[in-house]
Amino acid sequence: MSDQDDFELSELDDKELVEQIQDDLYDGLQDEVYEGVEILLSRDWDANNVLGDALVGGMKVVGEDFRDGILFVPEVLKSAGAMKSGMELLRPILSQSSVDLSLGKFVIGTVKGDIHDIGKNLVGMMLEGAGFEVIDLGINTDVDEYLGALDEHKPVIMGMSALLTTTMPYMGVVIEEMDKRGMRNDFHVMCGGAPLNQEFADAIGADAYGRDAARSSEMAQTYAEAAKVA
Amino acid sequence: MPVSSSQVATDKRLVLGCGALVYELVELTQQNAELKQKIDLHCLPAHLHNTPQFIAREVDLFLLEHAHKYQDIFVAYADCGSAGDLDKVLAKHNAQRLPGAHCYEFFAGAPVYESMLDEELGSFFLTDYLVQFFERIVMQGLGLNDYPELRDMYFKHYTRLIYLAQTENPELQDLAKQQAKQLGLRYEYRFVGKQGLNPVIDFPSGKSLANQKIAVEVQYDPT
Repeated sequence: MSDQDDFELSELDDKELVEQIQDDLYDGLQDEVYEGVEILLSRDWDANNVLGDALVGGMKVVGEDFRDGILFVPEVLKSAGAMKSGMELLRPILSQSSVDLSLGKFVIGTVKGDIHDIGKNLVGMMLEGAGFEVIDLGINTDVDEYLGALDEHKPVIMGMSALLTTTMPYMGVVIEEMDKRGMRNDFHVMCGGAPLNQEFADAIGADAYGRDAARSSEMAQTYAEAAKVA
Repeated sequence: MPVSSSQVATDKRLVLGCGALVYELVELTQQNAELKQKIDLHCLPAHLHNTPQFIAREVDLFLLEHAHKYQDIFVAYADCGSAGDLDKVLAKHNAQRLPGAHCYEFFAGAPVYESMLDEELGSFFLTDYLVQFFERIVMQGLGLNDYPELRDMYFKHYTRLIYLAQTENPELQDLAKQQAKQLGLRYEYRFVGKQGLNPVIDFPSGKSLANQKIAVEVQYDPT
């Protein structure tokens, strides 16, 4: 996205620096994102604002361009790596914050039969950035693992991910089992993954379909904030 | 083998195939004069393998332009990660396709394919085409040349590479072994042949125009 000559990040004003961090995040430049975040923090920026304006804002553009076929998985992964480098600086500060900004717990896992976790990990990172405590069940997650995690962690939201058309129907199995055990209405269920769409999410009875990492995070945030108020 | 836009309605079959099947499709559909006469073959770019979300759209665009010229359309794709979108396009154009979720499945046959995954979920498959064009489709396509560090992100849960071979070709087997090593995976070889493509030349009349259909019994012993 960016094509500028060399310059010092510290010479940019706040607005320019945020835009530059977003550009560097788009280009997957880990060191530059780290440095940019460091500079904003040194200017007494609140860690939450750095996260929201620079990192999550940047990843939102990445997510949109991935969805539109402008960026592909390798570029998205580089961007995620750059976000991770910024998060290294922010995570300790956010965890020590006296203000409870937590949106609650989000249990997430790739469904049974599926070992693909790149998308899930991206979503997890965005959720963490948005203020969720992410409980990651990993890959090949069966119904008992999902439901066990719901019992144990009482999350605000449960998310299921799949990359394969052959494994995505398992999400319906999990939801059916939640229903059978009388716990379906206790949890908001989101689903996502490359082959999914809204029609599928509706068909299996999910509450929401996240078409990309950024959108999933936004939707989760909106739901959790509303649930917090209610 | 592009279709001429000047053609009028024909009783020929249009076969619209995946570029990663092009060699097998040419061999199958051009094996004799009668089949050559009966089939117009066109393949979409093989790189769609890496962007399955665009397959249905590309098939639709092609068929919107050419479907009216044919009464019989066969799309040589499986679902290929389109999550049912390809089937919606095919229904619109009254076309049929190969069975299954992936080319790995129709090449190996569903029971064998499923047993391989049951046995080891972390199985990564290559076909002749993918072995031959591994550099372009896998290494460049997944960005591994530019970002080698992504290899472990993509493949961390894979444990073995299975070369599902369409031909018994020692050179390709050597290449596939090296490719398994490049990806950090254990190598296995299964000769499955090309019989999975036979529906491409099955006609509704039941009349076979093939000199000889490709018939290979797939043997798989998980032990």
